[in-house]
Amino acid sequence: MTAVAERRSAKDLDADPVLEVDGLTVDIRTITGTMRAVNDVSFSARRGETLALLGESGCGKSMTATALVGLLEPVADVVAGSAHLADVDLFSVGRAKRREMAGTELAIVFQDALTALNPLYTVGTQLAEPFRIHYNLSAKEAKSKAVELMARVGIPQPETRMNSYPHQFSGGMRQRLLIAMAVALNPSVLIADEPTTALDVTVQAQIMALLRDLRTEYRMAVVLITHDLALVAEEADRVAVMYAGNSIETGPVAEVFANPQHPYTKGLLNSVPVNARRGDELKSIGGTPPDLHAIPDGCVYQARCPLARDVCATTRPALDSVGPNRKAACHFPEEVVNV
Amino acid sequence: MSEKLLEVRDLRKSFQVPGKKKLCALDGISLDLGRGETLGLVGESGCGKSTLARTLLMLERPDSGTVRFDGIDPFSLRGKELLAFRRRVQMVFQDPYASLNARMSAGDIIAEPWRSHKSLYKSRRDRDMRVRGLLDLVGLGAKAADKYPQEFSGGQRQRIGIARALALDPDVIICDEPVSALDLSVQAQVLNLLNDLQGQLGISYVFISHDLSVVRHVADRVAVMYLGRIIENGPTEAVFERPNHPYTAALMSAAPTLDGAQRKERILLKGEVPSPLNPPSGCRFRTRCWKATEVCATTTPPSAVDPEIAGHTAECHHPLLQEGSALVPA
Repeated sequence: MTAVAERRSAKDLDADPVLEVDGLTVDIRTITGTMRAVNDVSFSARRGETLALLGESGCGKSMTATALVGLLEPVADVVAGSAHLADVDLFSVGRAKRREMAGTELAIVFQDALTALNPLYTVGTQLAEPFRIHYNLSAKEAKSKAVELMARVGIPQPETRMNSYPHQFSGGMRQRLLIAMAVALNPSVLIADEPTTALDVTVQAQIMALLRDLRTEYRMAVVLITHDLALVAEEADRVAVMYAGNSIETGPVAEVFANPQHPYTKGLLNSVPVNARRGDELKSIGGTPPDLHAIPDGCVYQARCPLARDVCATTRPALDSVGPNRKAACHFPEEVVNV
Repeated sequence: MSEKLLEVRDLRKSFQVPGKKKLCALDGISLDLGRGETLGLVGESGCGKSTLARTLLMLERPDSGTVRFDGIDPFSLRGKELLAFRRRVQMVFQDPYASLNARMSAGDIIAEPWRSHKSLYKSRRDRDMRVRGLLDLVGLGAKAADKYPQEFSGGQRQRIGIARALALDPDVIICDEPVSALDLSVQAQVLNLLNDLQGQLGISYVFISHDLSVVRHVADRVAVMYLGRIIENGPTEAVFERPNHPYTAALMSAAPTLDGAQRKERILLKGEVPSPLNPPSGCRFRTRCWKATEVCATTTPPSAVDPEIAGHTAECHHPLLQEGSALVPA
């Protein structure tokens, strides 16, 4: 059996979701007016499973993650929606409760490990911090926990390396440190925001393998935020495709990629130079995503969509069921096959 | 190969770094580029891709080795001849946001190279005509000339960068990660444009990229670099389908593909690229290689030729193809 098939059969797709996001809407206040960065986005993540949020720059995928972990800039607000994790709504609980949940229930791994780590403290101190704050461990106990953790994520000679500073590590090792810090308190949900985008491909493969192992070991739900279709195909079980702040298609990765039900998903898949030989014309999506200040009425994708007609300009399609476990926001999903 | 345009032999370049150490960025690079051909250059960060590009652009002077461009050694030229030569190799940069001056209009940006190369398009009228022609050529339309970079999207900016590179009618354009800053849907547009331009103008490209699927699409031949050396070189399909160097095989297998289920066994390399300040003895790759033996530590591997495909070489003591199908680490 291939690794992919094994992963799917071992999974209970009907298991109760551990994180349920419903109707998340985020507005950003700018000088030129309010713009909607995330609009009515819903998804759920289950233990032991990877859910991918897939989209191009500006589609709202990182803003979704930032809203979930409560790190939105002051100019951005969650104006609607809920996110249920461990029986509480992340957007309505108080600050104290959120702090308590940070790391123990919900953790995040950022893209740029060098800016996510504090350059002035040794990595041992930084890795020990979650244990000191949440478990009230002594400095010595916390440091020994940190060493264990560094060994677990594959950092050689952790006893000596814990006294090094972040800049003394390579990019891949720094990402391992961030992952170690994120899983330190055994969270239920791990959000990985473009965790390997800054890394070389052989190192990316190592980091993704580590994340996969930890997901199984800790039975975490992983929310993988990425623009890389191939990474989604290999790492994720389910995917939510985002465009201009909206989630436009969701479903199991294998099915969505084999038979997309939204013209944007199809367009993205067509743009990958996968089997295209030298000199073949690549299919591309004409135009660019809409300005978030001026999202059109009707469908967000209408300006670039080859299927667009009158109804698309007037009515925004809802994210409706297009089959078991699958949803798409398109008026003409049955025609996508022709795109 | 088509008519040979560029011939590089045993190029070496090292940099002095604080502490009296030498960083050997290029350690004996040899490659050829034909007219109208695209050479893909792949490798991980720090392998010397950009130093090689800078040397080909004559922004760095090599310590040793030869470069022959149409039979001429560009590093021997002076004065007017040198200026005329510089026209022939141009560059498209990675970051379309940082590589365009925000205070100049698109038209001025494209016309700027002519301020150094005064013999081209002498009259104002000729220059304006040519700018409009170039903007049409890259699919932006003549009206774009008066707009400023911030009025364009990333993909459109990259088109301006390409038009600027074309302004001097070069023979070779060095594209350093030209689409890695662009979104996927826009990336395809720019790759199509580069392909069309090559068909129309017969330009050669040196195409540097870390994205193997992009390289496979654009390149006629591929050179794989590791710590300052080209460790495998050959026709694109041969290198992708029959990698002969363990590093190439590992690199190919590490890149995720859409067809995840059908992939070959993944080769997960240990560790990361060693520091070029202190490269391993013998074969540079031996510290991460699952086939390494004693000889790899003592002797720099010779270039092994794939008997079935002309021009497909790999520097390895234990090339994969000659040892059956042992593509997977033991």
